[in-house]
Amino acid sequence: MTMQEYFIAFSTIIHKEINRFTRIWAQTLLPPAITMTLYFVIFGNLIGSRIGEMGGFTYMQFIVPGLIMMSVITNSYSNVVSSFYGAKFQRSIEELLVSPTPNWVILSGFVLGGVARGLTVGAIVTCLSLFFTDLHLHNVWITVLVVLMTSILFALGGFINAMFARSFDDISIVPTFILTPLTYLGGVFYSISLLPEFWQNVSMLNPILYMVNTFRYGILGVSDIDVVYALLTVMGFIVAMFSLALWLLNNGKGIRS
Amino acid sequence: MTQALSIRGLKKVYHNGFEALKGIDLDVEQGDFFALLGPNGAGKSTTLGIVSSLVNKSAGSVKILGVDIDQDFSKAKRALGVVPQEFNFNQFEKVYDIVVCQAGYYGIPRVEAKQRAEHYLKELGLWDKRHSAARMLSGGMKRRLMIARALVHDPKILILDEPTAGVDIELRRSMWEFMKKINAQGTTIILTTHYLEEAENLCRNIAIIDKGEIVQNTNMKSLLQQLNTETFILDIQTPLSKAPELNGFQTQWLDSNSFELQMQRGQHLNDAFALLTHQGIQISSMRTKSNRLEELFVELVEKDRQQDKNKVAV
Ligand SMILES: Nc1ncnc2c1ncn2[C@@H]1O[C@H](COP(=O)(O)OP(=O)(O)OP(=O)(O)O)[C@@H](O)[C@H]1O
Ligand SMILES: [Mg+2]
Repeated sequence: MTMQEYFIAFSTIIHKEINRFTRIWAQTLLPPAITMTLYFVIFGNLIGSRIGEMGGFTYMQFIVPGLIMMSVITNSYSNVVSSFYGAKFQRSIEELLVSPTPNWVILSGFVLGGVARGLTVGAIVTCLSLFFTDLHLHNVWITVLVVLMTSILFALGGFINAMFARSFDDISIVPTFILTPLTYLGGVFYSISLLPEFWQNVSMLNPILYMVNTFRYGILGVSDIDVVYALLTVMGFIVAMFSLALWLLNNGKGIRS
Repeated sequence: MTQALSIRGLKKVYHNGFEALKGIDLDVEQGDFFALLGPNGAGKSTTLGIVSSLVNKSAGSVKILGVDIDQDFSKAKRALGVVPQEFNFNQFEKVYDIVVCQAGYYGIPRVEAKQRAEHYLKELGLWDKRHSAARMLSGGMKRRLMIARALVHDPKILILDEPTAGVDIELRRSMWEFMKKINAQGTTIILTTHYLEEAENLCRNIAIIDKGEIVQNTNMKSLLQQLNTETFILDIQTPLSKAPELNGFQTQWLDSNSFELQMQRGQHLNDAFALLTHQGIQISSMRTKSNRLEELFVELVEKDRQQDKNKVAV
């Protein structure tokens, strides 16, 4: 295939992915909008007003970046995991396997499809947050960069999860038992400076902490950790996960007998 | 001329240790209409699965239009259109989108992809259904959808795994016409089927596979010539209480109005009729007892089973 043909195949996959999640918007775009509005109202407004300051900002200002990030993470992940597992389950993945489209294009297409959903939901949540607080961007580039990288990373995670999954139950195990706890403990709702030193150190092992903090830095200009170090770490994870996903796909794990 | 498909020593052992293909060789010429026949579980889908990259092979080589799949699978795949045995599209997607997207996977620009999708959906009588979700189609329509999808990039070789399974007679015949047409236009067709009538009507060359081995690979004519006997059912006008005795022919009484006539190779119907006329028996109609290919098929597969039993006995 020529470069142009690769690109056509790639954009076909993305097109299809975007069609999929917009077609079922009531399952994909609406729920995060509702959940996050509830978070804003309950945690931000009602409880937040009693908490006072967090990291030098009102509690609402503090949690908005975290909640945006949380929705980007869960939506990037779940888009790819359900779309790719669905394709595996219905065997429509065979449409791609019989075609000359190379595996790296297939992988990139699905990942970018997940990024599209992650960013769409991120944008929706950001708009909703404007009803509750003002948003000033401290550093646009870092904000955009970290959202994009985080979205890519979790879309890759969703892909790997789908490759391994053998049933619909398997696609909710990782989100429930790993993703959600890591997100809640990843500094969405609190600054880790509130934790005893031991738990602060343990928290440093949580990759989501780096992303949430970098994003918060982009918006508010404050972070619990070093931003450059965080970005490099995320980059490293992306490279590792992409390689793993591609390796699984090349081996036909769970999709070729 | 390079073969459309050339398979050498192809083996497949599934993860559970089951040996589905025991080293098969197969050649299909360009422009051919080729049938792969065999009982359930013989290894037909496994063979086509390996050719179309849905199954990993364990040993052997596959060349598509001279291109080894181990060397340049991407190029080899471009020449193939694949219609699998099981439905494998997204049930919630629209018919039109399924076909247009498939063209995209072959690098066909969207404008052209849409034109081609329209062309093939019309050819296959699905244009009215283009906005329906795939799951709303009937079984026969779903099969035609898979054919439209397989043709959208104009493949040189079309592989169909039981394309007419569960399709009514009328539709089956129109699908035959369609396949004949695209074959006449130069597309090589390889199909598997359980309807031997289908193979006999459509295909020039045929391979019979049983338990992972090719037991017969020849052209249809010479295969049918291998038939030693052929049985006819004759209906008679005046009732008889027993089958007429015809010198040199085997007959068997069925009921007062019909009997069976078995012809050995080299015998002629004229002679049989001469004898019947001589005895004053009027024949009102005649038909073959069963599909000839069917008899041969049973014979070949049975022979194979018999050999297996002997092996065990030794
Ligand atoms: N994924 C698999 N794992 C283990 N065994 C398999 C697998 N797929 C097929 N087989 C076995 O391999 C053999 C050949 O199967 P295959 O599907 O190729 O048969 P077939 O000739 O297409 O039969 P049918 O006419 O029923 O479609 C069968 O015995 C089947 O049980
Ligand atoms: Mg089969």
